[in-house]
Amino acid sequence: MSKQTLIPIGPYHPLQEEPELFKLYCDGEIVKDVKWETGYNHRGIEKLSEKKSYDEVFFLVERVCGICSTSHPFAFANSVEEIGNVEITNRAKYIRSIIGELERIHSHLLWVGLAGHFLGYNTVFMWAWKYREPVLDLFEMISGNRNSYAMFKIGGVRRDIENNKIPAIEEVLSLVKKKTDLLVGAVMDDPVIHARTKGVGVLTKEDILHFAAVGPTARASGVDVDVRRDDPYAAYPMVNWKVITAQAGDVFAKAEVRLLEMYESISIIEQCLDGLKKEKEGDIDVKVKHIPEGYGLGRAEAPRGEVFHFVVSDGSNSPVRHKIRAPSYTNISTFKKSCVGQSISDATISLAAVDPCYCCTERLAVALDRNSGKRIMNAKEIIEHSTQITNRLLKNV
Amino acid sequence: MGTYLFYFLIYPGFLFAAVIGAFLSWFDRKITAGVQFRKGPPLLQPFYDFFKLLLVKETILPARGAKGLFLAAPIFAVFGATMAGVFILLPLMNITTGFQGDLIVIFYLLTIPSLSYVMGALASGNPLAAVGGSREMKLIMSYELTFLLVMAGVIIKSGQSINLYQIIQVQQAGTPFIGSLSGVLLFIVAIFCLQAKLAMVPFDMPEAETEICGGIFIEYSGTPYAMIKLSKYMSLFILPAFIVAILMKGFTLEGINILWAVLKLVAVVLLLTLIRNTNPRVKIKQAIRFFFIWMNLLAVIAIVLAIFGL
Repeated sequence: MSKQTLIPIGPYHPLQEEPELFKLYCDGEIVKDVKWETGYNHRGIEKLSEKKSYDEVFFLVERVCGICSTSHPFAFANSVEEIGNVEITNRAKYIRSIIGELERIHSHLLWVGLAGHFLGYNTVFMWAWKYREPVLDLFEMISGNRNSYAMFKIGGVRRDIENNKIPAIEEVLSLVKKKTDLLVGAVMDDPVIHARTKGVGVLTKEDILHFAAVGPTARASGVDVDVRRDDPYAAYPMVNWKVITAQAGDVFAKAEVRLLEMYESISIIEQCLDGLKKEKEGDIDVKVKHIPEGYGLGRAEAPRGEVFHFVVSDGSNSPVRHKIRAPSYTNISTFKKSCVGQSISDATISLAAVDPCYCCTERLAVALDRNSGKRIMNAKEIIEHSTQITNRLLKNV
Repeated sequence: MGTYLFYFLIYPGFLFAAVIGAFLSWFDRKITAGVQFRKGPPLLQPFYDFFKLLLVKETILPARGAKGLFLAAPIFAVFGATMAGVFILLPLMNITTGFQGDLIVIFYLLTIPSLSYVMGALASGNPLAAVGGSREMKLIMSYELTFLLVMAGVIIKSGQSINLYQIIQVQQAGTPFIGSLSGVLLFIVAIFCLQAKLAMVPFDMPEAETEICGGIFIEYSGTPYAMIKLSKYMSLFILPAFIVAILMKGFTLEGINILWAVLKLVAVVLLLTLIRNTNPRVKIKQAIRFFFIWMNLLAVIAIVLAIFGL
């Protein structure tokens, strides 16, 4: 074996805006193996959630991720409403979808900018973020906040989008559409960007299924998954749109999928706004007095992929177990395939291409004895134990 | 002796090149900011940066590095840039007539800053700097041959002269070399060589902030880093000035022509800045292929055209 050099990316590195550590074991410029360490940012959200009432949990899960801050409340609302069999009004459905899609637009613009920055193309970075700004202003107009909008509650939404605000939203959408054209032109037709991203960090369909990757990462490899269509929620079954896929599986395909998804998002919002005009103003929530005993699964398509929330209720006012799985949790494991064998330059852009979000992903599991409070399992045993449980459950399916 | 010291330290050497280079660096940053919808730094920002590093920031040395070499590298870089600057600017500013063969000396001196960066990077003992150093080394090997071909083209066009002053005189008597087809090709090739020599995007992979955190300069801080900044400022002046001298007729520092001289220099820097802002960084492999195949091909075509007098 030749001598390998360890190239650290992290814990503090200009490539990633969050603390995490990637260890690239390199032979010259070629990455031979990659290992990663997270855990710099663990906040114990799942445990905190058990101490809060259902209404408060919304504000908590909103802070799981700073960028896709609506997808977590979305999934949590879906799961709790499944427990209580709550049917929300059409107006609330439209508003939920509008918020979700606006968030997808600003998140994808953010990613396009960052990807440009990682390639040393700072002009794209600044331009994409400039055009993201009107979307954030729109959020401020709708909810009072540029980020963490606090729009969701059980049984509907907290704030209405009044009909007199609709023209302003449409105006911003047409602006964003124009600027997306510009960005698509700048990214899709640039031969140097093609040279840097085509054939880089390729993930095949089998890899996606093997690592269970989700979202644009999966769709760029031709795996046609989208929770909005596969497990319909909110207003998505009520509007016309299509799932964007690409076949190549490289970084360029991921950029393509995200850019084209922005057009779909704009179209969804426009249709939702039309739907909103027909509904009665102020009819945004139903009163939910009690969450019965039971469990609920909630899924939502975040900009990065499927967000999954599992809530167990014992009939009290707070969940007894709240399990969150963010999309980056599965997407990050694809690095094992996409980075190995690439040069360092290609590996870094492959890392960034799944749009990872580490603070969503951080997990901690400790097995304690109920009586003595001592640790009874080490990490390996916990993994074995959970594999056994999974296998047992799979037999029953 | 006193005159030569003046040439070396004050005008047109160290001080002059550094000050003009700092202003050009401000220009580069301001244009970049304009392209990116930002406001950009104030006029004296390069000086603030430099003096803060020089006087305020502490110098941290890598514990496991070769400290002597690590500290010597920035001084070599500044020295090389100054020497190259003196030999380019003396004939260009019409102060002396240079000497026979100074073009060759300038070519060697211009490689010294890049080589000393590699030396400093490898002396620091940092793995990221080692990656940056190996990239810079590969980059030097790929663009130096191309740069030599550009100079060969210029020598042929000037009627076999290897004296910078004579090359400028030939152009001032007739037309500037860029006015012909081969001259245009040489100019294109030279601009890309400059881009690589200055380590600007798309050829900034030795530094590549988002990949290897500044690569070759990662361990530098305080005064040594100030020296590196200084050598970069000077390179940003002397390299475009060299292109102006060999292809664009040089300067005539009388009356309205001073404005022309400034405009020519600024135009070259503007071109470099615009290329920097409209391209992503390429991979080192792609850069090598770009210079070895395409740029060399273009340069050879230009030389053949020059032999036929086009």
